[in-house]
Amino acid sequence: MKKNLPIKMKNFFKLVFIIFILTIFFSFKVFSSEDTNKLLSTDWSFKGFTGKFDRASLQRGYQVYTEVCASCHSMKLLSYRNLAEKGGPEFSKEQAEAIAANFEVTDGPNNDGDMFMRPAKLSDKFVKPYENIQQAKASNGGAYPPDMSVLVKARSGGANYVYSVLLGYDDPPSDIIIEDGVYYNTYMTGNKIMMPNPLSEGLVEYNDGTIATEEQMAKDVVTFLSWAAEPHLEARHKIGFKAIIYLIILTILAYLSMRRLWSRIESKV
Amino acid sequence: MSDHNYVPSSKIGKWFNDRLPLLSLGAHLADYPTPKNLNYWWTFGGILTFCLITQIVTGVVLGMHYVAHADLAFESVEHIMRDVNYGWLIRYVHSNGASMFFLAVYIHIFRSLYYGSYKSPREVIWIIGMIIYLLMMMTAFMGYVLPWGQMSFWGATVITSLFSAIPLIGESITSWLWGGYAVDNPTLTRFFSLHYLLPFLILGLVVLHIWALHIPGNNNPIGIEVKKPSNNTVPFHPYIVIKDLFALLLFLILFAFFIFYSPNILGHSDNYIEANPLVTPTHIVPEWYLLPFYAILRSVPDKLLGVIAMFASIFILVILPWLDTSKIRSAIFRPLYKQFYWILFFDVIILGYMGAMPAEGLYLLIARVATAYYFIHFLIILPILGNKEKTISLPLSISEPVLGKMLKEDMVKNEKEFTN
Repeated sequence: MKKNLPIKMKNFFKLVFIIFILTIFFSFKVFSSEDTNKLLSTDWSFKGFTGKFDRASLQRGYQVYTEVCASCHSMKLLSYRNLAEKGGPEFSKEQAEAIAANFEVTDGPNNDGDMFMRPAKLSDKFVKPYENIQQAKASNGGAYPPDMSVLVKARSGGANYVYSVLLGYDDPPSDIIIEDGVYYNTYMTGNKIMMPNPLSEGLVEYNDGTIATEEQMAKDVVTFLSWAAEPHLEARHKIGFKAIIYLIILTILAYLSMRRLWSRIESKV
Repeated sequence: MSDHNYVPSSKIGKWFNDRLPLLSLGAHLADYPTPKNLNYWWTFGGILTFCLITQIVTGVVLGMHYVAHADLAFESVEHIMRDVNYGWLIRYVHSNGASMFFLAVYIHIFRSLYYGSYKSPREVIWIIGMIIYLLMMMTAFMGYVLPWGQMSFWGATVITSLFSAIPLIGESITSWLWGGYAVDNPTLTRFFSLHYLLPFLILGLVVLHIWALHIPGNNNPIGIEVKKPSNNTVPFHPYIVIKDLFALLLFLILFAFFIFYSPNILGHSDNYIEANPLVTPTHIVPEWYLLPFYAILRSVPDKLLGVIAMFASIFILVILPWLDTSKIRSAIFRPLYKQFYWILFFDVIILGYMGAMPAEGLYLLIARVATAYYFIHFLIILPILGNKEKTISLPLSISEPVLGKMLKEDMVKNEKEFTN
């Protein structure tokens, strides 16, 4: 029975190896056509098997979003309650309510049939800067500032890409002509972007005393956007870790059972 | 076949079984004699059944929360991701499950090609399998349209527009498929309806596939008929069940890595941008599992001929049992076929790679060569090879070791065990 092991193991490794190669191959090639510049990266706390969001960074990131980005970019899929939910910035319920109360939303109709304005509640979606796409375009020289709810997932390169674009503003090389209202960006697809450089040192004043360098703000806001795109990332990592350990144990047990059962058979050949 | 007469031990069991022989069916499935030399490539049938059930179960739950409307679909998917309890998990299982399903089905098909499982008397199993595969591709394609992202919309536009290449009636067929003059809400609702329907047709065909399998019984790596039952076979339960379970668990570990640690790597980032008929993505690419066919489609300069080539590449597999003239099943005993098999394997991989690349320059040239080779393999090499090839003589039984390291080691082992 024992002498049989290497053969079985060999087959087994062959199988695992081929599956591995195939999946790696397919998963990389889908994106390989879009490789442009090597993207900037930073030590994201949410990468890896046990990656979690940095709570303080998320809260700072929300501050950057609301003070800088939100004047043009909507986040229509998020609600104010999300800010207080587990796995997110985890503002206290009171803080989140106070944040919501800063915004006005249209409600109604009331009993007289009229629409009315009231302060936003936790259950309301993030208030949009523009009524509609046309208005957004009209106010931004014809370019539509994309909704940022799932922006990180909607760009190849993800968090690194958004981070790179935020820090990628530069003077255009002499051979590239840049029209008025268009800016040169090293990492943007096509190198041209309609958004002026949104970040400058000291643009926001962090409550926790962190110095608001461009890198810091970019990192914080991209962390915030990554959470917004994938609000259950922490739960996913946590459950995944347990699930895989559970599966490995179960696989070992199944393997041992299989060896036990098949040991009855093989000697009878 | 185990055509034994099963008699339930309990009275009520006997009463029921006389009226509906479900217990006999259960006994047949448990006792089903299976060649004992099946390797791990044979475990993918069970894995595929698991994949289908997983897709149906998660899909039914997703269907409870999904809204099939052009204005609401994208947000309803995000609602599932954000607000439905464990909605993110269910959706990621479903979306990655499709990729896993295809990974398993490709292994299953290539196993069949290597060991000649499609040959007499198993042609019908193979043909049913090919119909399942075709339905799977249709189902997966329509499922990818449902989130109504940019790739959904433009993928749907590209694929449905193919039908417009048909002379005379092409345009009418395309607008009939769309339910209008462009991909729009009617397209989405009918795709949702069909995406819900087809998996149950697949399920029915899987039952037929297994039924047809249980008539001649499994092929095996040696590819010679095995007397069933005999000391060369084992009952399906518990021997094959535990082996399939072990393989399934290994497969699930890989599956879990995708779900929990890179759930979006097999998809395209553009599909998180809401569908916009006015903005065309720079590259429109289908999901990875359709890429080889996409490459074949694009490598033919004429649109109509490209569509014909694409459908022919699938249809050619249906008639494979008659294209391959060799009576020997397993590639182990066909030294030349074995080499051509691997060339075909890499040919398909290359086609898949070219499907993801822009159709221009060197990529297009390679895709054309690979497409030509694909057809040459099935239409020229296989029919000729069957008559010309010098095959290695077959063993008398699967227990008789013939060649190959594995079998020799087995022989040594058996000798030692006998002497013990």
